Amino acid sequence: MSIPSGSQAETAPDSAEAAYDVTLTVNGVHRMARVPARRTLSDFLRHDLQLTGTHVGCEHGVCGACTVLLDGAPVRSCLTFAVSVNGHSVTTIEGIAGTVPDGADGNPPALSAVQEAFRECHALQCGFCTPGFITTITAALAEKPDPTRAHAVEMIAGNLCRCTGYQNIVDAVLRAAELTRERGAI
Amino acid sequence: MVTRYVGQPIRRTEDLRLITGAGRYTDDIGGGDHALEAAFVRSPHAHARILDIDVTDALDVEGVVAIYTYEDLEGAAAQPLPVLIPHPALHAARTAYPLANGVVHHVGEPIAMVIAESRYLAEDAVDRIRVDYEILAPVVGIDAARAAEHAVHDDVPDNIAAHLVQEVGSVGPAMAAAPHVLDFDLTIERSCSMPLEGRGVHARWDVDDQSLRVYSSTQAATSVRAAIAAKLGLSLTKVEVIAPDVGGGFGVKIMHPWPEEIVVPMAAIRLGRPVKWTEDRREHFVSSAHERGQQHHVTVGFDDTGKILALDVTFWHDNGAYTPYGIICPIVTSTQLLGPYKPGAYRVEFYSVYTTTVIVTPYRGAGRPQGVFAMERTMDRIADALGTDRTTVRAVNMIQPDEFPFDQGLIFQDGRPLIYDSGNYPAQLTMIKDMIGWDGFEAQRAEAAEHGRLLGIGIGCYVEGTGPGPYEGAHVQVMTDGRVEVAIGLTSQGQGHQTVFAQIVADELGVPFESVRVTTGDTRRFGYAVGTFASRAAVMSGSAVALAARAVKAKALRVASDALECSADDLELLDGVVSVKGNPTACIPLGQVAVLSNPLRYAFDEAAQAATQFARPADPNVPPVAEDDEPGLEGRDYYSPPRSTFASGMHAAIVEIDPETSEISIEKYCVVHDCGTLINPMIVRGQVHGGVAQGIGGALYETLVYDEHGQLLNASFMDFLMPYATEMPERLELGHQETPSPLNPLGIKGAGEAGVIPVSAVIASAVEDAVGFRIDAMPISPNILFGLRVEFAAGRVEPTAVGRARSDHADRKGMA
Repeated sequence: MSIPSGSQAETAPDSAEAAYDVTLTVNGVHRMARVPARRTLSDFLRHDLQLTGTHVGCEHGVCGACTVLLDGAPVRSCLTFAVSVNGHSVTTIEGIAGTVPDGADGNPPALSAVQEAFRECHALQCGFCTPGFITTITAALAEKPDPTRAHAVEMIAGNLCRCTGYQNIVDAVLRAAELTRERGAI
Repeated sequence: MVTRYVGQPIRRTEDLRLITGAGRYTDDIGGGDHALEAAFVRSPHAHARILDIDVTDALDVEGVVAIYTYEDLEGAAAQPLPVLIPHPALHAARTAYPLANGVVHHVGEPIAMVIAESRYLAEDAVDRIRVDYEILAPVVGIDAARAAEHAVHDDVPDNIAAHLVQEVGSVGPAMAAAPHVLDFDLTIERSCSMPLEGRGVHARWDVDDQSLRVYSSTQAATSVRAAIAAKLGLSLTKVEVIAPDVGGGFGVKIMHPWPEEIVVPMAAIRLGRPVKWTEDRREHFVSSAHERGQQHHVTVGFDDTGKILALDVTFWHDNGAYTPYGIICPIVTSTQLLGPYKPGAYRVEFYSVYTTTVIVTPYRGAGRPQGVFAMERTMDRIADALGTDRTTVRAVNMIQPDEFPFDQGLIFQDGRPLIYDSGNYPAQLTMIKDMIGWDGFEAQRAEAAEHGRLLGIGIGCYVEGTGPGPYEGAHVQVMTDGRVEVAIGLTSQGQGHQTVFAQIVADELGVPFESVRVTTGDTRRFGYAVGTFASRAAVMSGSAVALAARAVKAKALRVASDALECSADDLELLDGVVSVKGNPTACIPLGQVAVLSNPLRYAFDEAAQAATQFARPADPNVPPVAEDDEPGLEGRDYYSPPRSTFASGMHAAIVEIDPETSEISIEKYCVVHDCGTLINPMIVRGQVHGGVAQGIGGALYETLVYDEHGQLLNASFMDFLMPYATEMPERLELGHQETPSPLNPLGIKGAGEAGVIPVSAVIASAVEDAVGFRIDAMPISPNILFGLRVEFAAGRVEPTAVGRARSDHADRKGMA
């Protein structure tokens, strides 16, 4: 797994608001930015860092579309202030496979077991909720690598999907566990 | 090896970008273009006159660029929004202005738009805008609308927007002669599409080119384009609209133009900077659209076998504050109510009424769930009255396989006769009974009862008019490197259009699936289209891409026949190569045929160089491009059907009621459906799964609760309860029946709405069967059911005949 390195800095739009420096690691990359205290982590990732893979579905912590991993644990980035994650490590959907997913070198992007399972099982339709499911399941499988179907339902019980009816997402959780065992890594 | 792709569960080409975070939804567009952001002042009142709007304080917010109210609108933009689908029965159509002009008619109606450097700052400014209102009387719910003590619109004192009657046969005499007559009321509450991505608009004005590009999270890019051009006074050729990745639609995004689709581009033009607006969740609840709310009164006359001799249905449809989308939903209810049945005589009458609530436009199913609920509850009533099995009554009334095409004698939503094209309903009934275990259920019920468990079984049948016209088109172009670019005007919201239409083109043209790329909903690539709704994409665009691909294939064979000096009839096109039948060495790759199709052959690439070997010397006496020919290997064609196709299906469920809490859980849910030819069974299954989930939401959880002041009380995901994985049935089983449509080249009927349509009917049937008293209103939550069971136990709710017989039997057993 190759981790791109480097650092970038972004600035907030002009405003009279007080701004604060935030330094954190996002998908293995050191990032710095200066943001108002009220900037949510989801807006920070999407607008300040241009990582638009994290989606905002409700902005009140119910749908789970904005779920990212904070030091490996799932959090709702819409309910988290960017300034509160200063010094921490965040993994978004863009970093879940541990590589830049643009296939720029001519190769198809590497997929994590969870991502591969979503494809195999047709576990997504419009794809808007998908990043939140994938991050959530990634964290859940790290804790419980050998889930039953009931466990799989429980793992995704805090995420809303309006397209799939969940059946194929549950299948994907089980398939991801299987693929992880085959690969020896998520 | 040559593979046939249609019918295969091919993995979706769109998935790679969507699972890696590389999708592009409207709010993702324009990375780094520093778009200004819009936020709206929306009415906090259901009905009020605007006396004054004071923006002084808001202008002091640093980062505010502009504030617009109705007074800033000009020309056509200052006129009411269009009535998209007028109908003679819609005698009092009313629509809103892009920004409120004097009076607001529902909570959430946009009044002022703030443009600022960020959404945060725009919302700060919104908070500082002071609007003085004179509060007017709200009209909430169908009862209040019918009572008409207050009018939603001053000039519509009875609150009736539309009134329509259709009758087939003579219901009066048939009803009078019927041996049995029942009449009853049925209600369905409001619900809504509620996609995970709300609406969104991103607009860029190119000052140099004097042209506008708009990204919108829409189901109808071409029509949004036409609306923007008309409202902002631009030439259609200077407006591009793109539906990028769209995070679900389910109907709500077919409505257009939304006010925001007019005023956000307007601001981009006036300010000369990109402007975007991303709807937040509360905005989606109070300012997009709802559906489903209807009250029905049914009178049915039938004979001793349960055969319906006369059916008379009157219903009231709550259309909310305005009627921009016409009366499609109640027309669909009134026609699709008949399902797979053929009543002796049928009369239907509806009133579409105004209330001071959010507008009503189609949500997946679009009036069908209500119609099916009315019809299927009627079937259950007849069965109960006669003491007959519920499936027997349905079978007695069904259209038989040898009766197609079957003319129901009504006019459908598309203005065409309601003629069913194909189907086999009795076979479906047999399938669904086998799958759910209908005939063995009484033993299952009895065994469960031994353990104190309360089970019920229910069934619901539907016929769904799909694929209405007027048309869709497609463009197929072969590149000189052999890649095939396909464009359709219709949009995609997760249905896998990039995959399924590539499957069709690969088969029709004779190229590898991987070489085909499909672009949807981009007016730069395809200008004429209707939109994605009514399960029409596969039928309409699927047929159009097949026709366009056939045109390209015919041209490819013609061009190749010239090069290979043989008749086109002797050629075949397989796996991207044109070859002489029986002599595969005499061949040309399709990319080289594309080179040959263009007399200007600059050798930009290897294919062009290689193709020159095939080029025959030109006849100096004829033009290089013949009079009836065009350069290039491309084809464009349109599919325009005479009328809709008719998909159908039957669902059945076994539910368990918790005897203590009245919680309703679905033990087993089975679906049989017929969408004609399956293009990709994996995707069809996904569509059905998702539809069933929305149906379960509508049956058990989702309702939009307005108080008497017209405030939506549950405008959040905390309070509007959509199903999570934990609410889905443990067992969901699907069965396919394929009766291809004779109306289109591939025999497709459409599958998008199949899953959702009969679910409320099925669950009501099963719950009623479990509890032994009537379920006449949906959704039914545990607290509603608990209350009904308390009333029932106290003797204040009438049992069904089946329920009475069962309790008599239990009493006898108890006494013995």
